[in-house]
Amino acid sequence: MSLKLYMHYISINIRSVMQYKTSFLFTAIGQFLISFQVFLGIFFMFQRFSNVKGFTYSEVLLCFSIMLLEFSIAEMYARGFDQFSGMVRQGTFDRILVRPQNEILQVLGSKFELTRIGRMLQAIIMFIYGISKSEINWTVSKIFTVFFMLIGGTALFTGLFLIYAALCFFTLEGLEFMNVFTDGAKEYGKYPIGIYGKRMLQFTTFVIPYALVQYYPLLYLLGRKTNIFYVFLPLLATLFLIPCYLLWKWGVYRYQSSGS
Amino acid sequence: MQKYLSFFRLRFSMGVQYRTAAFAGVITQFAWGAMGILVYWAFYEVDSNAFPMTFSAVVSYIWMQQAFLAFFTVWMMENEIFDSIMNGNISYELCRPIHIYDMWFSRTIANRLSSAILRCFPILVVASFLPKPFGLQPPTSLIHFILFLLTLLLGLAVTVSFCILIYSLTFFTISPAGLKILFTSIVEFFSGAIIPLPFFPEKIQKIMELLPFASMQNVALRIYSADMTNRQMFSAIALQIFWLITLISCGKKLCSIAEKKVSIQGG
Amino acid sequence: MITMEHVCKSYKIAKRNAGFGEACKALFHRKYEKIYALNDITFTIQDGEMVGYIGPNGAGKSSTIKILSGILTPDSGNCFVDGRIPYKSRIEHVRQIGVVFGQRSQLWWDVPVIDSFELLKDIYSISPSMYHTNLEELTDLLNLGELLRSPARQLSLGQRMRCEIAASLLHNPKILFLDEPTIGLDAVSKLAVRDFIHKQNQIHKTTVILTTHDMQDIEALTKRIILIGKGKILMDGTLEDIRKGNKNIDETVAELYRTYDI
Repeated sequence: MSLKLYMHYISINIRSVMQYKTSFLFTAIGQFLISFQVFLGIFFMFQRFSNVKGFTYSEVLLCFSIMLLEFSIAEMYARGFDQFSGMVRQGTFDRILVRPQNEILQVLGSKFELTRIGRMLQAIIMFIYGISKSEINWTVSKIFTVFFMLIGGTALFTGLFLIYAALCFFTLEGLEFMNVFTDGAKEYGKYPIGIYGKRMLQFTTFVIPYALVQYYPLLYLLGRKTNIFYVFLPLLATLFLIPCYLLWKWGVYRYQSSGS
Repeated sequence: MQKYLSFFRLRFSMGVQYRTAAFAGVITQFAWGAMGILVYWAFYEVDSNAFPMTFSAVVSYIWMQQAFLAFFTVWMMENEIFDSIMNGNISYELCRPIHIYDMWFSRTIANRLSSAILRCFPILVVASFLPKPFGLQPPTSLIHFILFLLTLLLGLAVTVSFCILIYSLTFFTISPAGLKILFTSIVEFFSGAIIPLPFFPEKIQKIMELLPFASMQNVALRIYSADMTNRQMFSAIALQIFWLITLISCGKKLCSIAEKKVSIQGG
Repeated sequence: MITMEHVCKSYKIAKRNAGFGEACKALFHRKYEKIYALNDITFTIQDGEMVGYIGPNGAGKSSTIKILSGILTPDSGNCFVDGRIPYKSRIEHVRQIGVVFGQRSQLWWDVPVIDSFELLKDIYSISPSMYHTNLEELTDLLNLGELLRSPARQLSLGQRMRCEIAASLLHNPKILFLDEPTIGLDAVSKLAVRDFIHKQNQIHKTTVILTTHDMQDIEALTKRIILIGKGKILMDGTLEDIRKGNKNIDETVAELYRTYDI
């Protein structure tokens, strides 16, 4: 039932967007270009350097493309969270509260950002390019690893967007720092986290589990780790959604008691 | 002049009012800079000989880039200007005894200056106290420092005049969002915001340095850590002045055409 | 039946004086002030009643509406709507109410109005037969017809308000909250909206709670008026009670505001 309603939301979103086809097209192309220049940055760095801490060009591309794909999927359907500060400021959230449906579903439904298809396309091209350049021996477990990485990574970014939205209930100022964890992670997650040093790896393993969806499974894909445990690590990252959800619930509770 | 100054004061006190936002901005930019430096450090450890700049020059480049981010990012455009063009409120502005180009110019400069002044000092201070080789080094010489300040302001002016070119193009397009995102990605790449220009292959770099985009952040950030020879510095400054004049005259021309279009069509 | 008993609600707001120096000071220190939006509010509204809830800006009107619609939890006091506590069983409660915020739209801007209605059908899980009956009736009474096929952005304010009201009634709510439904409308639209609200109340016995600054709305629609000021109920009576003599309604209310110093 909820899924049917969500699909209805998506369809109305797409119909709205299609009222402005040119704008949609330009924005999608722009999204493509923005990620393309990140790729060019990697490309030119590797014109000069043969590897970074043991990771070659094609391996970095694989890493970059999977991260980008996860981010763009999350951004596409969880954009409602990203614009949540506006919803709280303009009082649109009141409208959501006077409707007999789950609040998260309604927020997600409020904005489906189809233009992220440009970024996704970029990610898919890079992914194919990275695979063709790399010498990975594909096995069933490796295919599952990629699949789990996408699930875990999308869940992780969704969780971060949810935190951002939840924080809007407490303050509408200074939320810019959340960009470090969303856009920043997409930006710097293009390189395997291992290159940033041991402390960064610890932080991204135990606090915000980027490494679980990026670094460790990547090592498995590249054949540097063989323990089957690494295949399932990305799924562990979905647990990150639990504290995010609790924070959101607390935020809604607070909103209902402060009314602002 | 007085009216521009009072506009600046207004903007500045608005900026101060949003203290949490400014603080969050500082943290964000600091984290961003730190991650960037770690990437270059990883490459440096692999092959220091392939580095086209000294490592400390890269570090200064990145810290200065973050400290003065508000000067140079093109995506930080004035949404109010875009909105006023789109919803036609711009016709009210045309009624005021002030040139629209001058108004846009001073307002964008004021916004960027006030935002950078609020944010740059904490970043500069913390970055200078970081351990070697990740800390911001003092300028190479007094001359370099003075030239740095000069080219910083020139770079700001070039960036702003380019932004206004985009604002005025909005009059002629159906998709300002698309226009904005398109130009943003071009500027970012060619100005050295993604990777500093010396990291490109030499031939490409030579061409890039002639484009107006290289006259934005590239010059000041590299002069600070003496990454340019005296000759390079002076030709770069000459280019900055050339592009500034060119962009401003193009912008004014485009603005007057757009003004006519508005007065004929009524918005 | 709606009952509010001794309901209180207070907010903490940041305080800052004007000026550049003060802005700098606020950088380091911020003062808060506690204000009472609602201070011991008590009233009862029977089923099928139409009530005008009036008072100056910031008097506590919207806090009351928010509590009654389950969005806001009061600090103290009791509130029951048909035996439910709105903020405790919100989802159950909101099925039975309709809310029109005059200043904010609930229609999707870029798609035909009927598409927004279809979505609401799914949001409220309205059965197809009930949806069709209601849609037909609303289309007829509000004269929606062709409007349903245009995107909301192309409608005039009056046309849009008629669609907004229809959107809030598709699920047959027992109670309808109207927050300034006639704001900014032209004379013809105002009359159409008032006429419809009157009919809706007559036909379906819908309880209507109307907040407005437009005294003609009150005059045309409600017998009972609740006047709120500074978080307290100052008056609860009929239009005739407050109108002494033959004065114009606006002057009567302005005089009331002066008397209570609000």
